Amino acid sequence: MPDAPAIAFQDVSRRYAGKAAVDAVSLSIPAGQFVAVVGASGSGKTTLLKTVNRLTEPDDGQVLVEGRDVAGEDPVGLRRRIGYVFQGVGLFPHMSVAENIAITPRLLGWSTEDIDARVDALLSLVSLPLDYRRRLPDQLSGGERQRVGVARALAARPGILLMDEPFGALDPVTREALGLATRSLHEKLGLTTLMVTHDVQEAVILADRIIVMAQGRVLADDAPRALLAGHPDPVVAALMDTPARQARAISALMEAG
Amino acid sequence: MAAGAAQSQIAAAWALLPDYLSQHVLLSASALALGVAISLPLSVLAARNPMVRWPALTLTGVIQTIPGLALLALFYPLLLALSAFTAGAMGFRIQALGFLPALLALTLYSMLPILRNGVAGLLGVDPAVREAADGVGMTPRQKLLRVEAPLAAPVVMAGIRTAAVWTIGAATLSTPVGQTSLGNYIFSGLQTENWVYVLFGCAASAGLALIVDQLLGLIERGAARRDPRPAVIGLLLLLVGVGAALAPQLLRAATPAYVVGAKNFSEQYILADLISTRLQNAGGAVTRRDGLGSAIAFRALEAGEIDVYVDYSGTLWTNVMGRKDTPPRAELMAQLTDWMAREKGVTVLGSLGFENAYALAMERKLATSLGVETLSDLATQSSALTIGGDLEFLSRPEWASMKKAYGLRFRRQKSFNPTFMYRALGSGDADVISAFSSDGRIAAQDLVVLGDPKGAVPSYDAVILISPKRAGDKRLIEALRPLVGAIPVEEMRKANYAVDRDDGKVSPAEAAAGLAKAVKLD
Repeated sequence: MPDAPAIAFQDVSRRYAGKAAVDAVSLSIPAGQFVAVVGASGSGKTTLLKTVNRLTEPDDGQVLVEGRDVAGEDPVGLRRRIGYVFQGVGLFPHMSVAENIAITPRLLGWSTEDIDARVDALLSLVSLPLDYRRRLPDQLSGGERQRVGVARALAARPGILLMDEPFGALDPVTREALGLATRSLHEKLGLTTLMVTHDVQEAVILADRIIVMAQGRVLADDAPRALLAGHPDPVVAALMDTPARQARAISALMEAG
Repeated sequence: MAAGAAQSQIAAAWALLPDYLSQHVLLSASALALGVAISLPLSVLAARNPMVRWPALTLTGVIQTIPGLALLALFYPLLLALSAFTAGAMGFRIQALGFLPALLALTLYSMLPILRNGVAGLLGVDPAVREAADGVGMTPRQKLLRVEAPLAAPVVMAGIRTAAVWTIGAATLSTPVGQTSLGNYIFSGLQTENWVYVLFGCAASAGLALIVDQLLGLIERGAARRDPRPAVIGLLLLLVGVGAALAPQLLRAATPAYVVGAKNFSEQYILADLISTRLQNAGGAVTRRDGLGSAIAFRALEAGEIDVYVDYSGTLWTNVMGRKDTPPRAELMAQLTDWMAREKGVTVLGSLGFENAYALAMERKLATSLGVETLSDLATQSSALTIGGDLEFLSRPEWASMKKAYGLRFRRQKSFNPTFMYRALGSGDADVISAFSSDGRIAAQDLVVLGDPKGAVPSYDAVILISPKRAGDKRLIEALRPLVGAIPVEEMRKANYAVDRDDGKVSPAEAAAGLAKAVKLD
């Protein structure tokens, strides 16, 4: 058997109050891939993401991480092995930048020297000055906070990075810069990245592969270029056309000017 | 009131402060610590589980609506029943009077603000932060200790502050269940109309509450700003303060003291002071249980929670022995002494030499105009009159047998604090009152004490009672025996009046010293 996929979903379903949020999804994500899951609010993309580290339990089906069914694993140990960047950033407001970054290594019982060295390394990895170590989250800008969020997710050297709308609350310039920085970290560290976003343009630029979800089901699953070329499903076609449509509108504006 | 008298009262109040403050601090600090120890884990449980939250908050809320005094009073019979049970089942008695009931009641009292703020603080933690705690791989325990607890801490501390202020205030109410506190000033001051004492007690308790509140405020500020410095300073000062307040308590604990009890009126305070002084002169250490309810006092003596106090033969005869007949004075004393030794193991050392009988009294002008000299005369007029009784009298069997023997039926019946009862006669709020025959105010207000030709109420010799466990204590008995037969009713009235009158009043301790001097026992 070849290498097991980093993440595999097998017929995964999750219902809330009888309504399917995730409906029989099967996907296989090979190690090293950067995958974006796009879809409207309520399409089930965040729920799907959370089944990977058991923040949500599926009602049916299995989720395999590196070939092992996560249902059989200790959720605490599993989460410490998988990096997670939260939608609302979710930094601990009472802890300094360094303490936030160091939290998972500390839970894993790393030595103080190892933790210190790792915090320094991560601060430079996400392009934050070292003297930010002692700042509290509310002394940072939105972009800086999310850089710390990414650093925290990567602190314990996970092979898998899950990101839930990571750049949603940022201004467009910061958003683009941080997206590209994340992509280069993905390359540099050899990660498998699964990112949930509602921004098709961001998905197209950053991801190797785009999964389009609606009402809990996978409507499309392909490389960005292939999806941009067109799709039989009108919902997917309309969604994937957004970046091109915007680009046309912008060039029309500029020519008129 | 003369300035000199007020000054001497303030000096007397200061002298009592180390003991009262120390016991007050010990009680409220223990209750608060226990309240925190119970409420914090309960808050966590209640925040996690709505099935726990509703009943816990409702129950502590209901407890809060019970008046503090009643809550404290309720624990006495509860513990007494429990004590009877443990004595039967396990061979030891638990303390039903004093520290334990006060501690339990105040602990319950302290719980609501801590619990309410604890739950609010924990539920107020941003859900995104809670999810992040799960997501980075914290166990539920790590999430609680590293994330939820520190974030909820400022709100929780605010709750603890409120609880501390409430507890310190409510601890003044523990005096009637036999626990010395700053409330001793207030209760004894109220009984003897010593407003200097009442104000002193209020100021001391309010001052203590303010200081503790400020120190806890420092800790709260530290928790809110995530700066350990003010928290550490606050905590240190708090510990130093508790330690300093407890020092007299710890020093005294070395010698087991005689516990002298007193019920809640002036004569009892004076006699307890007289007894205490004699015991101290004989080399004994003394602690006091002042302001006890009448029924509580005897039960406490029986259980050995107090060692000695003064009660009245007729009271014991009707209320403890349950007798309805009224034999002559000497025979009643003899039967009482015999019965107490045989049935309860309690020593009746002897009569002090005077009676403090329950009697009905009227103003002379009204009595003369109505032609009333005895209870029989009163019965013909009573339907147009209002009787004022102290709370206890109107529920006692003596009153029932008095009403029955003479067919007394009053237009209205009112209850007063003993002090205010005498005032009620002057102000017209009552026409007849339940007076005490040794009360100095009878002579001072020129009241007529109505005769009891049918002998409906027994005699009320003031007797010294000694607890079963001190029955063989020679030092105690030898120190108190000279008091037997030594106090004529005139001297007792004088001493009582010195405390009860409005002008130039003295403290019970001063009156006791004067009394000792007058009967040549100083």
